[in-house]
Amino acid sequence: MYTLTTDEAMTALDDTARLLTPDGCRIADARLDPWVEDLDGAALRSLYRDMAIARRMDAEGVALQRQGHLGLWAPAQGQEAIAVGTARACRADDFLFPSYRELSIAILRGGVPADLVLAWRGEVHSTYDPFELRLASPQIIIGAQTLHAVGYAMGIQRDGGDQVAVTYFGDGASSQGDVNEAMVFASSFTAPVVFVCSNNQWAISEPVAVQSRFPIAGRAPGFGIPSMRVDGNDVLACTAAMRWALEHARRGGGPVFLEAVTYRMGPHTTSDDPTRYRDREELEAWRARDPLTRLEAFLRAAGDLDDETIAAIGREADGLAAQMREAVLTARTRPAIEVFDDVYCEPHTGLEHQRARFAAYLDSFAADAGSAR
Amino acid sequence: MTSLTMGAALTAGLHRAMAADERVIVMGEDIGRLGGVFRITDGLLDEFGPTRVIDTPLAESGIVGTAVGLAMRGFRPVVEIQFDGFVYPAFDQIVCQVAKLHYRTRGRVHMPLTIRIPWAGGVGAVEHHSESPEAYFVHTAGLRVVAVSNPQDAYTMLQQAIASDDPVVFFEPKRLYHTKGEVDLDGDVADAAPMGLARVEREGSDVTLIAYGAQVATALDAALAAEDDGISIEVIDLRSLSPVDYRTVAASVRKTGRVVVTHEAGGEAGVGAEVIASITEQCFHYLEAPPQRVTGHDIPYPPAKLEKHHLPDLDRILDAVDRVLDRPNSLTSAAGVER
Ligand SMILES: Cc1ncc(C[n+]2csc(CCOP(=O)(O)OP(=O)(O)O)c2C)c(N)n1
Repeated sequence: MYTLTTDEAMTALDDTARLLTPDGCRIADARLDPWVEDLDGAALRSLYRDMAIARRMDAEGVALQRQGHLGLWAPAQGQEAIAVGTARACRADDFLFPSYRELSIAILRGGVPADLVLAWRGEVHSTYDPFELRLASPQIIIGAQTLHAVGYAMGIQRDGGDQVAVTYFGDGASSQGDVNEAMVFASSFTAPVVFVCSNNQWAISEPVAVQSRFPIAGRAPGFGIPSMRVDGNDVLACTAAMRWALEHARRGGGPVFLEAVTYRMGPHTTSDDPTRYRDREELEAWRARDPLTRLEAFLRAAGDLDDETIAAIGREADGLAAQMREAVLTARTRPAIEVFDDVYCEPHTGLEHQRARFAAYLDSFAADAGSAR
Repeated sequence: MTSLTMGAALTAGLHRAMAADERVIVMGEDIGRLGGVFRITDGLLDEFGPTRVIDTPLAESGIVGTAVGLAMRGFRPVVEIQFDGFVYPAFDQIVCQVAKLHYRTRGRVHMPLTIRIPWAGGVGAVEHHSESPEAYFVHTAGLRVVAVSNPQDAYTMLQQAIASDDPVVFFEPKRLYHTKGEVDLDGDVADAAPMGLARVEREGSDVTLIAYGAQVATALDAALAAEDDGISIEVIDLRSLSPVDYRTVAASVRKTGRVVVTHEAGGEAGVGAEVIASITEQCFHYLEAPPQRVTGHDIPYPPAKLEKHHLPDLDRILDAVDRVLDRPNSLTSAAGVER
């Protein structure tokens, strides 16, 4: 029986499951090791590549916003290991329910660079087909997607499948009723769902202690859900923890909760000014835990990564970033009348009438222009 | 008089209300150290401390629900909902609890709660950041609903809302946060027009044009443009959506005989529908033409690049003015569209 509430647990950042130290040394963890035994140099290199690409595209998103081509961007620098480690561990037929900061997952699921930017440009609400990528549309309403993932998982149960639903959300989201209700449903119905909470320390300006005075992973057992607190900047640990979680859920064990402890290096979004609420030292301390340099150090020491490979990955990432830019610069805003598209599946007389009236209104300009000539 | 942006006027109003009554507390997401995402609560934490300026957990139902308990304990909470689209998780608390407690307790429990909502579109935001949910609240008995359109009203009405023993849903058009206007910072709030009153923004004799929030400015632009065509438009800023000040509205309609109502929210079962229904009840025999609505389309708020086609602009308002005056308009020129 816990009677523990402590500030220590919140701040003891090294109290996480981990396989790589911040400076890139492999350490043993009896629980996690078996899950990554098969990963050889090539497999680890490809995790490095995925993270490098995610970082490069994120940087391109920020640049595009700063140059006025995007309305907003939510940077994910520093959080690449969670997205890559967990999403790569999934099977292609598992279904993922992200928030708005996991857009690099869309690339890992087979999306194209255009999928990352057109919504942030305000052209559309979402680009890709969720059923094609098995990836729900990005979610802005904090926490809502966790319930959808649980419901989807309940559907898997009813269909007798062995897929798993996965949902991503932040530390802030853990305060929402929806997330807590999701855990109740998942637990009560033993739903095959993995909750991935990216605890990046901040919900906009609010430190995680405003959301939780106890490690967030520590809450899940209260719902009857096994959990693990993992180093979110250690892609190896994220992979191992996710493989464990997926396997547990896939085999009928019910939900699993992962709290990945990480840090958002940039602002909350490009509209945010983090200098108002956090200090430089904190940022620098986290820079020393960077997920990419950590894996790079490990791979270089093992002779599995060299300058040439890194340069090649850089070129590949530049190419994808260029495609992303191209998608933005060639975007064509849809005709006005399309605001009426897709509101309903079936004809709706009220809306059809409104659409016809608006079409007539738009035509009246053309008529005016015609008569003026 | 001081020239202030609407944002600064709101900050000043909050500051004055907090200084005047120590039971006023402010709560919401990011309102402390950051000063809110729109900086409306900027400086309040330094001035009044963390027991009166509360950065809450990220949970809207929690914010409003705990404010209910604080109000029962004698505080006057002013809660900030970060964006219009995020009020829905708190909807249950607002509609089932905040609105009904006074009635259920036969007047024993007061809900002096102010729910501030940065509101509506036109700022190029992403999904869920441009919604116009006012009709949901107007439909709920027990709530007062107001919408401000200028810095002076923002300053005064916010203080009136906080002073009210009834719960007030307070809509702040985010499109106007940076718009400046003259504000009398020392004026006695008790002397100001009550927040339930509408205001004739501009007098006119041919058409009554009714608006609220950011749409008031668009309505005034339309009135100015119509002047060139010799049309005299009276513009009314409703200010209060629940209750609506029908004395002011009806007086104008009896004078002009023609009505256009405009708002950003979709038209179906919207505030405009209610206003026109009441006008036909009260002034039917004065009407010279069917009243017209110019509203957002009945669609989910579109992506930013398309929002200008959704928001009623000057041209769409003038088109409706032409309709009530039976001048050539988009409907008379369109073949095959059922009126
Ligand atoms: C229901 C709701 N309330 C408020 C917001 C505004 N908002 C957007 S992101 C955010 C912080 C989220 O923090 P967290 O869940 O930790 O995720 P992170 O942004 O750190 O990835 C807030 C308050 C929102 N999008 N939805």
